[in-house]
Amino acid sequence: MTDSIAAPPGDAASLHRSSGGPLERIQHTLHRYPTLSPALVLVLSCLVFAWASDGKFQQPFNLGIMLQQTAVLAVLAVGQTLIILTAGVDLSVGTAMLLTHMVVAKMAADHGVPGVLALALGMVVGLLLGAFHGGIVTKIGLPPFIVTLGTFYIYNSLGLRYGEAQTISKEAIGEDSLLLWTSKRVTWGEFNITAGVLVAIVLYIAFGFVLAKTAWGRHVYATGDDREAARLAGIDVTRVLISVYMVAGFIYAVGAWVQIGRAESASMNAATDINLQTITAVVIGGTSLFGGRGRLTGTLIGALIVTTFTQGLKLSGVDAYWQNFAIGSLILVAVALDQWIRKVAK
Amino acid sequence: MNAATSAVNEPILAARGLVKRFGRVTALGGADLELYPGEVLAVIGDNGAGKSSLIKCLSGAMVPDEGSIELDGAAVTFRRPQDARAAGIETVYQTLAVAPALDIATNIYLGRERRKPGLLGSVFRIVDQSGMRRDAKQALDDLGIGTLQDITQAVETLSGGQRQAVAVARAAAFGSKVVILDEPTAALGVKESGQVLQLIRDLRDRGLPVILISHNMPHVFEVADRIHIQRLGRRAAVVTPASHSMSDAVAIMTGAAVA
Repeated sequence: MTDSIAAPPGDAASLHRSSGGPLERIQHTLHRYPTLSPALVLVLSCLVFAWASDGKFQQPFNLGIMLQQTAVLAVLAVGQTLIILTAGVDLSVGTAMLLTHMVVAKMAADHGVPGVLALALGMVVGLLLGAFHGGIVTKIGLPPFIVTLGTFYIYNSLGLRYGEAQTISKEAIGEDSLLLWTSKRVTWGEFNITAGVLVAIVLYIAFGFVLAKTAWGRHVYATGDDREAARLAGIDVTRVLISVYMVAGFIYAVGAWVQIGRAESASMNAATDINLQTITAVVIGGTSLFGGRGRLTGTLIGALIVTTFTQGLKLSGVDAYWQNFAIGSLILVAVALDQWIRKVAK
Repeated sequence: MNAATSAVNEPILAARGLVKRFGRVTALGGADLELYPGEVLAVIGDNGAGKSSLIKCLSGAMVPDEGSIELDGAAVTFRRPQDARAAGIETVYQTLAVAPALDIATNIYLGRERRKPGLLGSVFRIVDQSGMRRDAKQALDDLGIGTLQDITQAVETLSGGQRQAVAVARAAAFGSKVVILDEPTAALGVKESGQVLQLIRDLRDRGLPVILISHNMPHVFEVADRIHIQRLGRRAAVVTPASHSMSDAVAIMTGAAVA
């Protein structure tokens, strides 16, 4: 009996002996290593743009610029990844970050609050916004899509009202303020990045570790994979969900910090594309919109792909209108690929 | 054997007069149940007879409005599945309650991950992955399903019988007193069902009493020591495969006969 339970026809033990055709083998490989396909896309697109841009793309200066352009997107995409792993989505991530960064900047500019305190206050604001999302999603049971569609508009309105639709300059914030630390440059010859890029890297290392090595990380995956199963396994899924939204809220504040450094100012009109770009980065990075599967590494690669396409097409002299066409096509391919990979599970 | 066992032993798990109402619907109207050490007790009943409610009360997934539950002779109250689990009652739900995208070892320890010793565990909260993998492998080996070799493969890549085996192994590894199996063979083919029935016998032979909820009469009559027949929210009778035939049991279940 024991022999047969391990080896009914077409079972898992034979998976690794890669039964079936080459296509099936690819499917299983991608299923086991979900970041493989985005990594290939990134490498290939870099090669293509290096060739098509007459060498401008791979200049150290350009590579540094691209990392700087990716920083805010990459930071916010960490929160987006966590939420999408729980089978949710956050449409308000950009405006929530902008609202937070207006609060932080105005505290410094109008009330002379020191950078550390302003930043701490931003964290509190971010956590409250996250708790608000998590509370509505878990206690009232509204779909995250609707909750954050609503708050997307609300935060935009609040941010404009509170900031009086003005731009707060770096002089007003205070050039020595901690808030502008993220604009500090780190230079190796032609290649230079900002401290904001380093903040993003630290965030990826920290949350990559948390997701892979802690029980909380496993519970996030399990909750998104099959919520009822997670509950029956003894996981407090309400707590997991609220904590995920609050972590995303904390990340709004980190994003706000990096954004202030990137723009060297604060304005509600900044980073207008970022809401959807975070979802794009997560999806291209191989994380499933249905929850439960995906890697933070994939999201980082996805964010880099978004910048690579935008900047690469520009340097290659392609009409700017085609940038979104390329990104859009990539999303469709990525999601179709995800659906196909999931069929391994039948 | 029924009479002899009940006379000598105290039940390990007993429910008395459980009542559960949903609005004007009474799911349980004073249901009793006794499970004795070392037995497989099957629970059968028509749809709506209150099988699921009864089992959910015993596994902590539902809180009864009235009645009491005793484990090893002591009164217990289960408010959440965790409470029952902490008391040593493990349940394998019909849906298996496994996370398909996670691997076998992670699933076996899901919800009760072990942390590494020392600062790594207490401050950085790192889980003891290698230790859990080793012990998960051991748990599978103990049940003679060690041939499920790659403990790191995702549960969704397993066949139905193998998934059931993982869920049963999880229950067996942590269930110190009672294992409850809800329709474990419902989704399985003939061969895989046979394997799961053998797992149930193995559990009993290791000294773990089992409650088996099933619609499948041949399976029930194949492994059960006693059969609890639930009808209209109460226990209608307890029979044994020796004393009653399948058609007798069905007759009691449907109300065509009294025990």
